[in-house]
Amino acid sequence: MPEDEKPRKFETPYPSYDVLDKWDTPSFNDQTRRVVADRLSRHWTRRFFDEDEYALLRAVVDTILPQDERDESDRIPVESFLDEKLHHNVTDGTRHAKVPPQREAWRIGLAAIDAEAKKEKGSGFVALTPQDRHAVLQRIDTGKAGGPHWKDLQPKRFFRHVLLKQSVKLYYAHPLAWNEIGFGGPAAPRGYLRLGPDMRDPWEAREERRPRRAGQLP
Amino acid sequence: MSAVVSDAEFRPRAVDGRAPDVFHPGRFVSMREYREDEAVDFAIVGTGCGGGVLAARLAEAGYSVVAFDAGAFYRPLEDFASDEAEQEKLYWLDERISGGSDPLEFGSNNSGKAVGGSTVHFQMVALRFRPEWFKSRSLLGYGHDWPVDWREMWHYYGRAEKDMSISGPVRYPWGPKRGRYPYREHELSASALVLARGAEALGVKWSPTPTASLSAPNGAAHPCVYRGFCKIGCATNAKQSMLVTYVPRALKAGAEIRDLAMVGRIETGTDGRATGVHYHRNGEWRFQKARNVVVSGYSIETPRLLLNSACEKHPDGLANSSGLVGKGLMAHTNNATWGIMEEEIRWYKGPPSLAVCEHWNYEDHGKDFDGGYSFMSQGPLPTDFATTLVTNEGPFGTELRNWMAHYNHMAGLKIVGETMPQDENRVELSDEKDALDLPVPKVTFSLSDNDKRLVAHAEDFMEEMLGAAGAGNLFRTSSTAHLMGGCRMGDRRETSVVDASGRSWDIDNLFVCDGSLFPTAGGVNPSMTIVANSLRIADRIIELGRRGELN
Repeated sequence: MPEDEKPRKFETPYPSYDVLDKWDTPSFNDQTRRVVADRLSRHWTRRFFDEDEYALLRAVVDTILPQDERDESDRIPVESFLDEKLHHNVTDGTRHAKVPPQREAWRIGLAAIDAEAKKEKGSGFVALTPQDRHAVLQRIDTGKAGGPHWKDLQPKRFFRHVLLKQSVKLYYAHPLAWNEIGFGGPAAPRGYLRLGPDMRDPWEAREERRPRRAGQLP
Repeated sequence: MSAVVSDAEFRPRAVDGRAPDVFHPGRFVSMREYREDEAVDFAIVGTGCGGGVLAARLAEAGYSVVAFDAGAFYRPLEDFASDEAEQEKLYWLDERISGGSDPLEFGSNNSGKAVGGSTVHFQMVALRFRPEWFKSRSLLGYGHDWPVDWREMWHYYGRAEKDMSISGPVRYPWGPKRGRYPYREHELSASALVLARGAEALGVKWSPTPTASLSAPNGAAHPCVYRGFCKIGCATNAKQSMLVTYVPRALKAGAEIRDLAMVGRIETGTDGRATGVHYHRNGEWRFQKARNVVVSGYSIETPRLLLNSACEKHPDGLANSSGLVGKGLMAHTNNATWGIMEEEIRWYKGPPSLAVCEHWNYEDHGKDFDGGYSFMSQGPLPTDFATTLVTNEGPFGTELRNWMAHYNHMAGLKIVGETMPQDENRVELSDEKDALDLPVPKVTFSLSDNDKRLVAHAEDFMEEMLGAAGAGNLFRTSSTAHLMGGCRMGDRRETSVVDASGRSWDIDNLFVCDGSLFPTAGGVNPSMTIVANSLRIADRIIELGRRGELN
């Protein structure tokens, strides 16, 4: 998909929608307000990654989930959530046999991405242009990357099942991400009345333009 | 997962003669308590579809019962947020080592950690087995026969559906006649109508899904408000999980529930019989004496506990003279086809799987595989769908955000596909220890060639159907869901772990009652079959007691 490799700004079909407008309505109950407020108010200091790793992680996150249209203060800080998760070593129930535990896997994986950048593009990942960063990750995702710097990690598996998976899990848990995809968000106790196709309750997002055409997936 | 909602995960709530009242914020119901040094009739490990049901039925029959659960005792109305990340507290997230050629992912799709077990976060699809599956070896030529008759199971399915107020159609189009469902079917959501339209285009039957969510009030429980967060815990109590059905019944009948209580070892006496359980609660190991022990920890924790309870009399673990404890572990294949619809679907509303097609469970012609599969309409929440998308297809960059912007136009069909029981797929103990110094389980899982042929058939069929329903940009994803087997029941001690009553062939006061008993997986979600089988086992245990054949 050569056309799609060119980074473009993202455009939401729901520009007027803000899920937090429902804060004081029956779609939000107290416990949900506490959870969402907690997520929005946290400003964690880096605790797990070192400074260089953190800069590298930020560059990787900005490549897989570019937020060019947002100011720094509005940006969803995925790298910060990741750092916090790894600091507490929150696991997801599964450790694949012969794969290092998650903390080790993240360190090895990030270093290996940097090594791929140096090998392919002649400089570290952080210094690359957005296009080159994308190309480096594309090579990993299409199974073209490898070498001793990956140690016990399978590059494509690390990329999809650890890096991408954990990143989208944190990104799409944020109200700004709910806004951009038109997700109804918190819905207790009120729930919904209109369930049919092209039916929308007044407290749901209104689609103001069609989503951009999606490419065929590989 | 955080302490901002409640302290349920940090401090036991079922103490001092009372337990949480699941129907009212902040309230408690009274709870009978039993001494640890006086043997109770039954110590039950787990409170899901196995242990929760058994605790209720045995307490109602007058037995003294203490049921343990490693998870928290929630009041859904005050403890469950409308938030995917927070609600991960419902999953069993302790690490398990996963190997084999198709390693299983644990947590969200197959393991719960709460009073009520995985039913607190299950998708509420309430289907029955096809009758022939109970004799799949004799009648269909694969797997193992169950030591039960389908007509007996049909009776208990009916009771389970009544106890759980299942909402469903007046006439279900597959299998032998059944009575109408206790509650009327739910209105079909847009995502369910996609399945219906596709099925009609292909000329196969479809049905509104029998669903364990109330379509009308039931006592103190509210009807479904179509909030759509079912899979991460219902915050309005419409979902008929064990937590709001059999667990309150168990308490009312005099059972004690001990929450945040992880059982690590079953103790056996010099005669090799069970004498009680060691459990960890409030930071210390304790011991409960019991005349009978029932293990209801599901397909990983049940074998893990039996294996970890090895002693001089039972060096390979309890109930394991057949060598089958931990073997024959099954999952369901959970492959899906997704696409983009012209119209807005907004699949986040309502129970996610309100339409079902069981065509390939009941049709045997045109298959190049043994077993069957059902498939249902889908409604994943954002992070659930995003992780499925990226792990299977790997889009990233602006392309990923563009794909996700179609969230409200997406539709999908996903199978519950039978896998073959294979002894190589198993649970063992690793050399690593967890925080309680218990051995971390090691799980090996590989799909058979038959399983792969089933998946290929299903993917082709669903893709054709979704296309016929009008979806474009189709893509496929693979995953697994549910667990079954690991301690199968049977008619012979050489080829099974327990008998038809769930009683160990080796130790007459040790029982297993949960999904690990399944000799075969079937092509439907397992919960109703676990509940029905548990009701059946409860009646058999009560009958054993009447005859004086219980310890």
